[in-house]
Amino acid sequence: MTKRSRRSYEGVAVTVPVTVPYVRYSTRGAHWFIGQAVKRLLDGSGLQKDQIDGLTVSSFSLTPDTAVGVTQHLGLQPRWLDHIPTGGASGVMALRRAARAVQAGDADIVACVAADTNHVDSFRLMLGGFSDFARDATYPYGSGGPNALFAFITSAYMARTGATRADFGKLCVDQRTNALAYGSRVFRKLLTLDEYLATRPIADPIHLFDCVMPCAGAEAFLVMSEARAQDLGLAYATVRGSIERHNAYSGDPIMLRGGWHVDRDDLYAMADCTPADIGFLQTYDDYPVIVLMQFEGLGFCGHGEAPGFVRSRSMAWHGDFPHNTSGGQLSSGQAGCAGGFLGMTEALRQITGAAPGRTVGRPTLGLVSGYGMVAYDRCLCTGAVILGAPQ
Amino acid sequence: MTLPLMRPKRKNPVKRTRQMNVPPWARGRVAMGLTAAAAEGRFELQVCQDCGSVQYPPREACSHCVSPRLQWRAQSGQGQLLALTTLHHSNDLFFRERLPWRLGLVHLAAGPTVVAHLHGDVTAAPARVIVGARLDRAGRAVLIAFPPEETPNMADDPMLREMSCDPRFRKVLVTDGMTAVGQATVRALVKAGADIVWVGHAEPWKRHGSGLDDITSLPPVTLVPLDLTNERSVTELAGEIGGKVDIVINNAEVHRSFGIGARRGTDVARAEMEINYFGLLRLAQAFGPALKGRSADGSLSATAWVNLLSIYALANFPPHGTFSASKAAAHSLAQCLRAEMRPAGLRVINLFPGPIDDEWNQNLPPPKLTPDALAHAIVKALRDGVEDAYPGDVAQEWLARWRDDPRVLERELAVGG
Repeated sequence: MTKRSRRSYEGVAVTVPVTVPYVRYSTRGAHWFIGQAVKRLLDGSGLQKDQIDGLTVSSFSLTPDTAVGVTQHLGLQPRWLDHIPTGGASGVMALRRAARAVQAGDADIVACVAADTNHVDSFRLMLGGFSDFARDATYPYGSGGPNALFAFITSAYMARTGATRADFGKLCVDQRTNALAYGSRVFRKLLTLDEYLATRPIADPIHLFDCVMPCAGAEAFLVMSEARAQDLGLAYATVRGSIERHNAYSGDPIMLRGGWHVDRDDLYAMADCTPADIGFLQTYDDYPVIVLMQFEGLGFCGHGEAPGFVRSRSMAWHGDFPHNTSGGQLSSGQAGCAGGFLGMTEALRQITGAAPGRTVGRPTLGLVSGYGMVAYDRCLCTGAVILGAPQ
Repeated sequence: MTLPLMRPKRKNPVKRTRQMNVPPWARGRVAMGLTAAAAEGRFELQVCQDCGSVQYPPREACSHCVSPRLQWRAQSGQGQLLALTTLHHSNDLFFRERLPWRLGLVHLAAGPTVVAHLHGDVTAAPARVIVGARLDRAGRAVLIAFPPEETPNMADDPMLREMSCDPRFRKVLVTDGMTAVGQATVRALVKAGADIVWVGHAEPWKRHGSGLDDITSLPPVTLVPLDLTNERSVTELAGEIGGKVDIVINNAEVHRSFGIGARRGTDVARAEMEINYFGLLRLAQAFGPALKGRSADGSLSATAWVNLLSIYALANFPPHGTFSASKAAAHSLAQCLRAEMRPAGLRVINLFPGPIDDEWNQNLPPPKLTPDALAHAIVKALRDGVEDAYPGDVAQEWLARWRDDPRVLERELAVGG
C-alpha cells in the first residue's frame, strides 16, 4: 500500500498569540487562567465572544472539568470542541486539529487555549496520579517525579554520545539570555556556566537548573482562515507542514531518540524546505537532554551528534541558531500544559514582528516542536509544525 | 560493598521517636498482581497466554497482540542495568526522610524495562543485575535490582532493611516457650542475631523442664510470664516490655483432635478459641499500639508481627475440626490486624504450616513438618519480608488444591484428605 501524501494546510492563519503572565503559585483555579487567556484573545483580535465557534483546551489542573465545562463557565457556544491535555505536545496537537477544522468548515474561528494553575502542594499531588503507570510503576520508587526518569535518560545519553553537563549548561545559559530579552517574570538574572555547574544535584546527573520550575499561567492563540485574518487586520503566520507521532520506538529499552525522526521527511516535504531553511527553532525543553534529541530528531544534526552541534552554535536569539527565543520553560517556568504552547506563541510573535528586543534575523520560517506525557519511562507524544510568514 | 550493620547505640529515651510516613501505597487493581505474588516471595509479571509476551507495567491487555488473556508468571529477574541515579530530592515524605535514595532502570532479559530500587552493591551502569520483588513499608510490591551474585552483608543494605523485617539486632517476643516449635524458634532467632528474645511462659511457678532450661541458658533469652487466656497477664507484660518489642511472634496455640461428633460439650473448642483466637486478640490490643508508635524508630524499628496459623485455616480438616475452626477465626482476625498495622508500615506475617511433627498430629502420616523447619521458615519470612508463608510439602499441596478449587478440596478433606 502506498502512503497517501498529506494535504497541505493552505489557507489557514494562526494569529493573536497571548500569554497570561506566569506566577510561581496562584490561589486561582485553572478556569481563571483560561478565562484571562480568552479575554486577551478577544481584546487582541477585536472579536466578539460569540464569533469564537471552535475551542481547544489543554490543562491538567482543570480536572474534573474538561473543555466542555469551560464552555459553560465562560458562556461560549462553539460548534467544534476538543480537549487536548497532552502537556508538551498540546500546542502542536491543538494547532493541527484546529487548522483541519477551519479547512473543513467545521469552525470559522478556533481559540486554542492552554492554562494551568499551581497551588503550593499541587505539583506533588499531581505526580502520583499523573498516569496509571506512574501510580503503579514509577511514583512508588523515590517519588522524584519526572526528574528520576530523565536522570536515567540523561545519563544514558551522556554515556552514548559523550555529552557533558557543560553542553547542557550552554543551552541553559543561552536560554536565560533569551528569557531576559523576553521579560520573564520567573528568572530575572543572567546565568553563567559556572553558576549552572555549581547548582545542587536533584537526581544525578540532573541538577537544579536542568529542571523547570512549576508555575501558573496560560498561553493561547487563534486559528482561522487567511481571508478572515486579513479582514480583521491581524498579523498572522501560515502553517507549512506538521507531524505528530505517539509511542514511537516503543521497543527501545531506554529513550535515546524520539518520534520526530519517523515523520520528519513528511514535515520538510510538506513545507518544501530543509532544516537549513529554518530561521529559528522552538523546542520543548522540559530537560536539556530532550532538546538535544530534538536537534537530532528534526535533522539539524545527525543521530548522537547534538553535543558537538551545541558546542559549535550560539543558541541565543541573536546567535547563529536562534532557539527558544523567549527563554523556554527552563528560564520562563512551566505553567503545566501552557508549557506546550510556549514555543507556539513565541514563534507567532517572531513571525508577526511582535518580539521586540529579541527579533531573530531570518524569521520567515520557524519550527515548533512538541514533546509530552511521561506516562511511564519516557514521553509518548512527539510533534512538530513549521510556521511561515504569509506569502 | 555493603558495610555490616553495627549494633546501634541505645537510644536516648528523651529524644522524639520518629513517626512513620509510609511510601506511596496507591496501585491500580491490575498492578496488585505484583503485590499478591511478592507477598509470598515471588517475582511475577504478566505473560500473554496467546503470544507469550512478558509485559510491565501491568496492563489490561497485551501490548503486543492486545489479547486480554494475561497471567502472572514467575520471572528469573535477569537483566541489564541501563542507567542509575541517586535522588537528592523527593516529593514524598518517606523518601525525603531517607535521602539520598538510589534507583536503576533495568532492561529485563524477558523484554520489559523496569524502574527499580537499587541495592548498594550495584554501583555502575551498564551491569548485570537480578531483579526481585519485595513488599515495601506500605505493604505494596516494589522491584529491587540486586547484584547478580551474593555479596558480603547483602542483607544489611539500608534500602533492603527498609523492605525486610530482619531479626538481626532486634528485640523479639515469642509468646510460648513451652512447645517444641517455640523453643526451635527461639534458637533460630538467637542464631539470626536477635538482640533480646523474650519468651512467654504461662505457668512460671512450675519448675523448668521440657527444653525450657536449654533456651534460657542462651544469653539473649529472658523468660517472661505470659498467659494469653488472661487479659491482665497480657496487659502487664505489654506495660513492661511493649515499648521495646520490635517483633511479636505469636506461636501459642491449643491443638486438640476431633471434630463435632466425637466429643460432647464445648469446653475443648472453647479452650482452643481462648488461645488461638482470643489470645491473638488480647495480644494485638495490648502490644499493637506501642509497636505502631515505633515503626520508624531508626534502623532497629518495630517491624513485624508473626502469627502461627495452620493450613487448616484455609479449609476445615474434619479429623481436627474444632482446631481448624479456631485457626480460621485467627486467620480472619489476622487479616484485620494486617489492615490496621499497614498504615504504620508494620508487616503482619501469617504462617500456614501443614501438620507439625508433634504429639497432637501423632496419627497423621508423614511428611510432617519438624519444629526446626518451621522455625527456619519463620526467620526466612522475616528476612524476606513476605506476608504469607506455607512451609512444608503438605501445606504447599493443600494450597495448590485450594487455589485450584476450594470446593473440591473441601470434599476431598471430608473423606480423609
